[in-house]
Amino acid sequence: MKSNTRSATAAEAVTQQFLTFRLGEEEYGVPILEVREIRGYSAPTPIPNTPHFIRGVINLRGQVVPVVDLRAKFSMRAVEYGQFTVVVIVNVGNRTVGLVVDAVSDVLSVGPDTVEPPPNLGQGVDMSFLLGMAKTDERLVLLLDSARLISAEQLTQIELPAA
Amino acid sequence: VKIDPQRFLAMFLEEAGEHLETLERGLLDLESAPGERGLLDNIFRAAHSIKGGSGTFGFDDVMRFTHVLESLLDELRNGQQTANSGLVELLLEATDCLRELVDVAPSGGAAPPQMERLLGALESARVAGGAAAAPAAAQPVAAPAADLRRLTLAVRPRPELFRSGMDPLLLLRDLCALGQVQGVRLELEDLPALDALDPTRCHLAWTVELDTSAADAELREVFSFVEDECQLAIAPRAAAGAADDPAADPAAAAAAGSAPQPGAAPTLERRAKPRNDGATIRVPTEKVDALIDLVGELVISQSMIEGAIAALPPESAARLRTALATMVHNTREIQERVMSIRMVPISTVFSRFPRLVRDLAGQLGKEVELELEGQETELDKTVVEGLGDPLMHLVRNALDHGLERPEQRLAAGKPAQGRVRLAARDSGGSVIIELSDDGGGIDVRRIRQKAVAKGLIAADADLTDEQLQLLIFEPGFSTVEQVSDLSGRGVGMDVVRSNVTALNGSITIESTPGQGTTFRIKLPLTLAILDGLLVTCGEQKYVLPTLSVLESLRPKVEELRQVYERGELVLVRGEPLPLLRLHHLLAVDQAVTAPERGLVVLLDTEQGRVGLLVDALLGQSQVVIKNLENNYGRVAGLLGATILGDGEVALILDVQGLLDLARRRPPYQCELEPARSPSSSAPDRETSPR
Repeated sequence: MKSNTRSATAAEAVTQQFLTFRLGEEEYGVPILEVREIRGYSAPTPIPNTPHFIRGVINLRGQVVPVVDLRAKFSMRAVEYGQFTVVVIVNVGNRTVGLVVDAVSDVLSVGPDTVEPPPNLGQGVDMSFLLGMAKTDERLVLLLDSARLISAEQLTQIELPAA
Repeated sequence: VKIDPQRFLAMFLEEAGEHLETLERGLLDLESAPGERGLLDNIFRAAHSIKGGSGTFGFDDVMRFTHVLESLLDELRNGQQTANSGLVELLLEATDCLRELVDVAPSGGAAPPQMERLLGALESARVAGGAAAAPAAAQPVAAPAADLRRLTLAVRPRPELFRSGMDPLLLLRDLCALGQVQGVRLELEDLPALDALDPTRCHLAWTVELDTSAADAELREVFSFVEDECQLAIAPRAAAGAADDPAADPAAAAAAGSAPQPGAAPTLERRAKPRNDGATIRVPTEKVDALIDLVGELVISQSMIEGAIAALPPESAARLRTALATMVHNTREIQERVMSIRMVPISTVFSRFPRLVRDLAGQLGKEVELELEGQETELDKTVVEGLGDPLMHLVRNALDHGLERPEQRLAAGKPAQGRVRLAARDSGGSVIIELSDDGGGIDVRRIRQKAVAKGLIAADADLTDEQLQLLIFEPGFSTVEQVSDLSGRGVGMDVVRSNVTALNGSITIESTPGQGTTFRIKLPLTLAILDGLLVTCGEQKYVLPTLSVLESLRPKVEELRQVYERGELVLVRGEPLPLLRLHHLLAVDQAVTAPERGLVVLLDTEQGRVGLLVDALLGQSQVVIKNLENNYGRVAGLLGATILGDGEVALILDVQGLLDLARRRPPYQCELEPARSPSSSAPDRETSPR
């Protein structure tokens, strides 16, 4: 098991590396140690009766891995998938999940002093999958808590049709 | 070398569990064969092994308890006592206590409260048995003089003894502690000259004259850790200590052991041999599972190669094709063998029932004979493990509710002793387990009353006896007015069914009033591989478990009925069956919506037969089940996913889950004109199901 990244960034004075990627105008980052690979987007097998942001499942060398559209997950406007659309495969603990993002940017080293706590956007906005924000000269990167983001709780919550 | 005590601890605990099982099973068998020597030896050995292991880990309570237990067992083994039922009862109780002791030992928890009482009981049972010979026999070693035997022991270590880190002096000391030493002689004839001497080898042997009351086995036990490295010959010294003392001639000492005394085992080596026959290796299940996964991958990559080769012009690649054929054959063989690693005989579950039935029958005041059949039937370990609880419920139920009291049985013209039969057998790709009793059968009238009272069915509901019987699986259903603490807590039968369903199995009842009840559980051999029927719906392929598929057919328009706001029916040979639509349940686009153009698969479900509309049938295939929970979570209507030969992911349908979905969904609204004829009616047939 990976250690709790939340405490790692908040408390320990270590520089962590994050893989950053774009979703629209915003830039996000996931701890690079949790990234297993980056692959081009190919249509997954859809799974019925799952939240709209689940694109389906793919075969990752014998593992059945769900693919999450991060734009949809973050309630952003949907875009056509293009040649830069990639799937970032993250692996935390024993869960592996693919994240569809617009494009991968680079690898960012983040020292503990550059991280600020996630913004408080008021009630009703779920920010629990954010570790914090990294501010460098001209960039603002939202750091994702992948463990939380890909938890079953986050991925399976579905508005069931009234029984 | 770093030694990880945790690892050894886990091993000890696992082995202790097995020894406890041996102990319990042995004791139960002992009731029918009280004097059986082999049995007694097994029982003793099991207790002894636990004692040894617990000493290593400093589990003092376990050791103290087993020591007393072992001493009593030893008396049984030596024929100083016979195992009457009272004694067996006590020993069984002691076994339970020992199990608890072993459970709490690693955490240093408190010993169970009954331990001291049992220790006393064991102790007094032992003294009582040995009292006839020596009233004051308090110590296990200080034995009645009448049993004293005068022995000559030839101890002959192999030269390699030192390599196992053994000091012969310790062995000799232990040996001497078992009796009175009359003399020890060092045998030097194998000692080489100084220049040829290898100090890492043992060149010495000893002859010990010992007066002891210990049994041969006890003496041999001293050497149990060096069985292979040390020979031990036991021979009585000439009866009255008379003229020809075999020990007088050093060379004769060893020979004396084997030759004149056919009763005594000549060497310890003999025991080591048969052990190799059933040699096993303990391997963590994850390793096996990883192997199974990999083989699944192998099969998939192989089918990809097959596909690629099939695309080549037939005249080329002939050699490739031949090679591939061999590979296919070997892969299949590997797959079968690897799968068989996970298979364990069902006896691992069955073995707990003799004890359970014995105890329960005693508590209930019923006489019960339990018959076990087909114990060698093999099933996947996971299936076997998941089977324990439901079977336990069923067996309890059979004893508590199924079988009548002896006087009722006699009045009904049956023998007072009831019979419960637990049988397992192979049946194609599945295993069938039957639990039958010859009790009163299920009283369907009472079930009906109860179900009506509980509001499960309408008072005038028209149900067949079978349908009524199935009601006992409904949550909260229990027909016995008086709730006993054994079963009938109102939970149970519904849990049984859900447990069995969770193993991809099914359960049915057959009951004849006055004659008894049979529960029949049908289970897949394994949870890792599923026999599936590949179907298409829209652009996707789905797998239906073959176990639940009865047949498939294309209905005619006039065989379809709409029930207003309730759903659809399809007439199969005149019989109306509910019709479900896969595309509707899974919200699939571009699927065949007109049943007369698609295909209806008849499914066997707990709620009876149901038709499921799909687009087309692709064929049968064995698929490796990958669960979705690992990386995602449970999905209603799905059992899991699998990877097809072309690398594509197909979803495996859960028949029961689909029915649940159908219940929650509003029924499908038929369009007036089911005209749209999608391309999917001509599905991609490239995947070749094996």
